[in-house]
This record gives sequence, structure tokens and C-alpha cells, in this order.
Amino acid sequence: MTDDERLDHLIAAGTETLGLHVQPEWLPAIRLHLGISLRHAATVLGATLPDEADPAPVFVA
Amino acid sequence: MSRPDAAALAAGIADGTQSAVSVIEATLTRIECLDPKLCAFTDVTADRARTQAAAIDAARARGQALGPLAGVPFAVKNLIDVAGLPTRAGSRINRDHPPATADATLVRRLEAAGAILVGALNMGEYAYDFTGENAHDGASRNPHDLARMTGGSSGGSGAAVGGGLVPLALGSDTNGSIRVPASFCGIFGLKPTYGRLSRAGSFPFVSSLDHLGPFARSVRDLALAYDAMQGADPADPVCVDRAPEPALTAIGQGAAGLRVAIAGGYFQAGAAPEALEALARVAQALGATRTVDLPDADRARAAAYVITTTEGAALHLERLRTRPEDFDPDVRDRLIAGALVPAVAVTQAQKFRRWFRAAVRGLFQEVDAILAPATPCTAPLIGQKTFVLNGQEQPLRPNIGVYTQPISFIGLPVVTVPVFPAAGLPIGVQIIAPAWREDIALRLAHALERQGVVEARPSPLEEFA
Repeated sequence: MTDDERLDHLIAAGTETLGLHVQPEWLPAIRLHLGISLRHAATVLGATLPDEADPAPVFVA
Repeated sequence: MSRPDAAALAAGIADGTQSAVSVIEATLTRIECLDPKLCAFTDVTADRARTQAAAIDAARARGQALGPLAGVPFAVKNLIDVAGLPTRAGSRINRDHPPATADATLVRRLEAAGAILVGALNMGEYAYDFTGENAHDGASRNPHDLARMTGGSSGGSGAAVGGGLVPLALGSDTNGSIRVPASFCGIFGLKPTYGRLSRAGSFPFVSSLDHLGPFARSVRDLALAYDAMQGADPADPVCVDRAPEPALTAIGQGAAGLRVAIAGGYFQAGAAPEALEALARVAQALGATRTVDLPDADRARAAAYVITTTEGAALHLERLRTRPEDFDPDVRDRLIAGALVPAVAVTQAQKFRRWFRAAVRGLFQEVDAILAPATPCTAPLIGQKTFVLNGQEQPLRPNIGVYTQPISFIGLPVVTVPVFPAAGLPIGVQIIAPAWREDIALRLAHALERQGVVEARPSPLEEFA
């Protein structure tokens, strides 16, 4: 399976699950942006952090 | 021709050199004349402004003390509530909402200081653009070259202040939406510490990253506006219960005694020569020779990206389900992609955020401020979809904020200062200070302004208005 095919599967399954209706002509841009987002996600998931690390969803500077 | 800044306008009104009514009439005429070129305003609140101006002139005639911004025209990005207007947030969808019933907190605070609201400003849809382009209202245009982007998402704010329509404007900054337009439009912008200024009465994008802040054409105007807007606000759960810490009185202290470093590594890789030249000029003027590396800045940027796209998608999910055709396609397709990013990455991004904050706090034990480019290049052409970054052709929209995202990720205050090369377009440099030390960034910006290293030059348009 190519990278594009993997992304297209994810888009099809994910949008159906979430109730999003995607027109075929939107697909190339969604694929492009999902690819970028997942590369950033992989960078984030590559961080080695202790199990005790607390997330900061309501951030205080 | 250089226009008076807000401080000079307020002084002239206070001493009777000019009336608030005359300032507002001149402002409305300038907007009428130049806005068709700049596409900065989406609403002009002329009646409201005239009423306010008359009230200020009457107060002066009665001998009443005037506020520090008395008679100063300002405008706000159209995601900020203005009573009587729908808060469109750059969208087609939100303009169907009923008009706001009250002004946002920051509008009320600026008006309490005497400033006069003249309208609401164009922006990228739902603040997810970096370009200043908008499929519904048209692209805001760069006052120094109308064919080029203002940057976004506070594009109308950049155009309005850079084009001399108003001396002050408010914008929002989630990942760089104040700093990018300030850079491209050649003006000053302040993104305060996360939680410093109330966001109550503004339409959100990514609550855990959203900030509001001012644009201006002088550092003293930034400080004046910032001081007028400080203070706790229970209506914004993120706004801290912290007493105002006025900055205006501190800006004249100069750069002496402050340890200034240059961000290296990530923050210089890929920058165009003009971005690096601007950084070098600012660094030289401040005597900054030390280079520091913000550890894992690329990961910080990635984490900000993940949080943004997923929180943004969550915010808009129902609208994406029910009205996808009414979105700007460039925004819709990114938000749909964001809805599909695994949650594990979001949680990890928030954990990394705390780690990165601690690491950068450590750096600030050794330095008082850090310099970095605001944008990797000068303003691209409107409609441009890609640019060269790090030697590779890359999508423009997701990458203009490459140097701003790691900083807002941990909420640090930043003043963007405009540098004009001998020829060509302006570009900004970020002056980054420790959390809650906006005064340091403003002080350094003012020192640079006094040396003539940074300035908000009048745009060519202003010769005709």
C-alpha cells in the first residue's frame, strides 16, 4: 500500500466515523494536510518523556 | 509623510491642538479612500465613532481629565465582539449569527482609556491561515505592495495599521497571527504572555494557545494600548488574576544591562537572506553576540501544530458536518485533516509542552531576551501556494509560522519589530522575553526604535490620503 493509499483509507474511515461528508475534489488537499499533520504527530510521538510527565492542556506560562 | 502615532494624537487632543471629531473625520475619510485598495475593514462603525468623538470633545470642554488614548482611532480583528455586529471571525457561517450584544473586554478597556472604535477588520477564516487571504471578504493587501500578502490571520489589522488607516488595532495570535502580519506589513506587534490579556468576547480558535494583542506604529503606542488593556477578567478563565504591570514607564530605560541572545539552530535554518540580515542588524544594535539553542524547537513547533489542528477541528466539527460548503476551502480541508489526527499525539504534545517550557525557562536564567526571525521571508504574493524553505518547495500556509509557533507554544511574550532593508519589503524580528516580562521586550524594541534600526515606515499609499 502506498502512503497516499494509506492516507485515503484513513480519510475514508475517519470521515465516515465522524459524520463528515467529503467531496472527491477536496481529497487531494485533505491528503496533503493530513500527511503534514501526521509527520508532525510522529515528531511529537518521538519525544522520550517519563510516564509521570503531566500534560498541560490548560497552560500556565 | 509620517502620521502622528496614537500618543501624539492623544496629546494633541488633550491640549486642544485638534479635536477628536476632526481626527475621526480624517480617519473615516482615509478609510473611505484607501480601504478599497487594502481590503482591511469589513465593518466601519462611523456613527459610533462620531458619537464617541463628540463626547470626548465635550468632556475636554468641561475641563474633565481625558484618558491616555483619548480620541485615538482603533479597529479590531473581526473575531472580537463589537456590540451590534455579528462576530464573523472571517467566516461566512458566523455572519449568520445574531449581532454581539456587548463589546469584548479589550474593546471596553481601550474605550475606557479614551480610544475610539472605528470598525472591524478582515482576517483569515477562523484564524487558520497565516496569509491574510479570505475566500468570502477578499484578501487583505500589503500596504507596501498591494500584490502581496499581509500575512495572517490578523491580516486586516496589519493592513489597517501598516497602511496608516488607524494608529492602533487589535488582533489575535494563536501561532503567529500578530507576529506574521507585523513582519510582512512593517509594523510593531505585541503578543503578550498567554493569560495576560483577557480574551473574553472573542471567537476562539485554539483556546490553549489563543492570545489577543495590539499592533501599532510605535513602541510607545504598543505600551500605551497594552497598559490600558491589562487586568484580571473572570469572564476569561485563562486570564490570570494578576495586577497590571504597566510597561510604558519602563520603555525608556534602554538596553543597558539586559543580556540579549540570538536564537540559533532551528531559528536560522531555512531563513531567507533578508530575514537573517534583519536579525543581524537588530542583534548588532543590541550588542547581542551570544547564540542560544532552544532545545527541540522543531518538536515544539510540531507539537503546536498538532494541538492547533486537532483543537481547531474539534471546535468546528459540527460546522464541518453541516455546512462544509460554506467554509473557505483552504481552511476546511486543513480542519478535516485535523479531525483525523490520533489523540495520542495530542496528549503527548501537551506533555511535551510542559517539558519545553521548563527547558526554555532554564535558558532565561542566563539571558533576558532572545532574538529570532518573525518570518522566514518577506511577504509572498497573494495567491501563492508554495515557497522555498530549507531548500525545499513547501506548502506556504502551514509553514509561514515556522519561527513563531515554538514561542507561542509556551506562551512567551514577544514584540515583533519591523526592519526595512535599503530596498525591498519589510521583515520582522521577534524579541522574546520570559513569561510576564513584556516590559523587557518593549524596552528593547524602544531602544532599537530610538537608534533608528527599526521603524514603521509610511506606506506609499499614504502619500495619496
